Amino acid sequence: MSKKRVPAMEGWLNMDESDPRLLGYLDESSGSYFFPKDVAISHAPGHADAEFKEVALSNRGKLWSYTTNHYKPPEPYISPDPFEPYTVAAVELTEERMIILGQLADGVDPKDIEVGQDMELVFGTLYEDEENEYIVWKWKPVAA
Amino acid sequence: MSKNDVAILGAGMHPWGKWGRNFAEYGVFAIKAAMKDAGLEWKDVDFIVGGDTMRNGYPGYVAGATFAKAMGWTGVPIASCYAACATGAHAIEIARTRILAGMADVVVVAGADTTPKGFLAPNKGERTLDPDWLRFRLLGATNPTYFGLYAQRRMDLYGATEQDFAHIKVKNSKHGAANPNARYKKVFTEEEVLASPLVAAPLRLFEICATSDGGAAVVLTSMEFAKKHGVKNPVRVSAVSTVSPTFPNTTIDMPDFSTDSAAGIPAPDRSFKDSISYAAYQEAGIGPEDLDLAEVYDLSSALELDWYENIGLCKPGDAEKLLRDGDTTIGGRIPVNASGGLGCFGEAVPAQAIAQVCELTWQLRGQAGERQVDGAKAGITANQGLFGHGSSVLCTR
Repeated sequence: MSKKRVPAMEGWLNMDESDPRLLGYLDESSGSYFFPKDVAISHAPGHADAEFKEVALSNRGKLWSYTTNHYKPPEPYISPDPFEPYTVAAVELTEERMIILGQLADGVDPKDIEVGQDMELVFGTLYEDEENEYIVWKWKPVAA
Repeated sequence: MSKNDVAILGAGMHPWGKWGRNFAEYGVFAIKAAMKDAGLEWKDVDFIVGGDTMRNGYPGYVAGATFAKAMGWTGVPIASCYAACATGAHAIEIARTRILAGMADVVVVAGADTTPKGFLAPNKGERTLDPDWLRFRLLGATNPTYFGLYAQRRMDLYGATEQDFAHIKVKNSKHGAANPNARYKKVFTEEEVLASPLVAAPLRLFEICATSDGGAAVVLTSMEFAKKHGVKNPVRVSAVSTVSPTFPNTTIDMPDFSTDSAAGIPAPDRSFKDSISYAAYQEAGIGPEDLDLAEVYDLSSALELDWYENIGLCKPGDAEKLLRDGDTTIGGRIPVNASGGLGCFGEAVPAQAIAQVCELTWQLRGQAGERQVDGAKAGITANQGLFGHGSSVLCTR
């Protein structure tokens, strides 16, 4: 029996496998987007009273930079045993004009990516236990 | 002389290392050294500011009181402050404004830290509303992760090479070898640096700063007090910048998952890091062309290149040329990190920005020994504390 796929952070992902998106906030009065919800606690100046509307952020952007970690991070990171290097990518969403960090999708070789290329958001597994796979967003190059 | 000048009459440090003792001991050691350097007695001090440390329990959160008690309570007012890596500059700013307001003549500013080994880690517990906890849990985004992102971007955008990054480490190791307060005094070769293991590609172990124990202190006074005390031409703090970002801040910074969005409100002309030293130049009425040296926060070797541009030593994309031409080596046009920088010290968070000012003080007095920058009359420090803390101190003589 396959494990249940649950978001690693409740409320951050739309959990729609056919159209994976991050859920953020839009302040319509300033036109500014915010992610992550409830954690960023940020506002445009003069708009601190603005009502936030939950929106699914767009899922395309350009690669701003990337790096591969070769050392096991401290807790609370949940590392596979033995530890495996992983790549963190920064992608600037074209529509929202904001950079969002995410791990590089499984199976993508960081040697094959470069700053400026088109990227898309996918879901991937961060870690799993007996019952669940814990899902996060990851960045993947847009297929040419 | 600028109307905002205050005098630095004393500077003192406890050597950086991994000593494993109480942080307050390093702070007291540095304060005593700074007091002796200033030729002043503890009873002369009328305000004390402590830079807090988050890693040493309650005494660390109230560092002003901790140092005041350890030196002997005299009843004077105290302050403690925390601004992550920018703590020291913020503590200096509290001291300076107190002096400029005419409410104090002699102020001691001190910071000290005792650090654990390895990566800096977030506080314990399931802290799902703390971005610092979340970045480790969901991304495995350590501090070097962010340094790696900046370094890779320089390579792809400006053609920086692994050799350039190693070169920074080598340059700073040569500078720091002559510094008695530095923790690492070994002179590295490029080959040794490039043979060290990758941590956050393209950055290697010897290119990422360690965490250290250490303490630093300065004694600041009004210009009038300095004159009365017989110091005609003291080193001065001519400007302090503790600016915060302007919305939208579009550079990804520790410990964030995302930047602000520039979809509604356009990004400011000057990035946050550019704005830090800019505010100091504006206040002091001098520019980067007037500098003789700079102390910048090389949390990674590659980050030093970003700072060359952020403090206006060159245009974006020209930092590698400045380095390769030897301009930023002692003996060059504008030496950077003559102290050896964080590469030779390792970071002792609340002490580090004060230590940068100690270095400028000794350099501007001509007391820096083998690492002396000839004829230094003006220098700047630059640094950024996570969560939006600018840090820059401009010193002149």
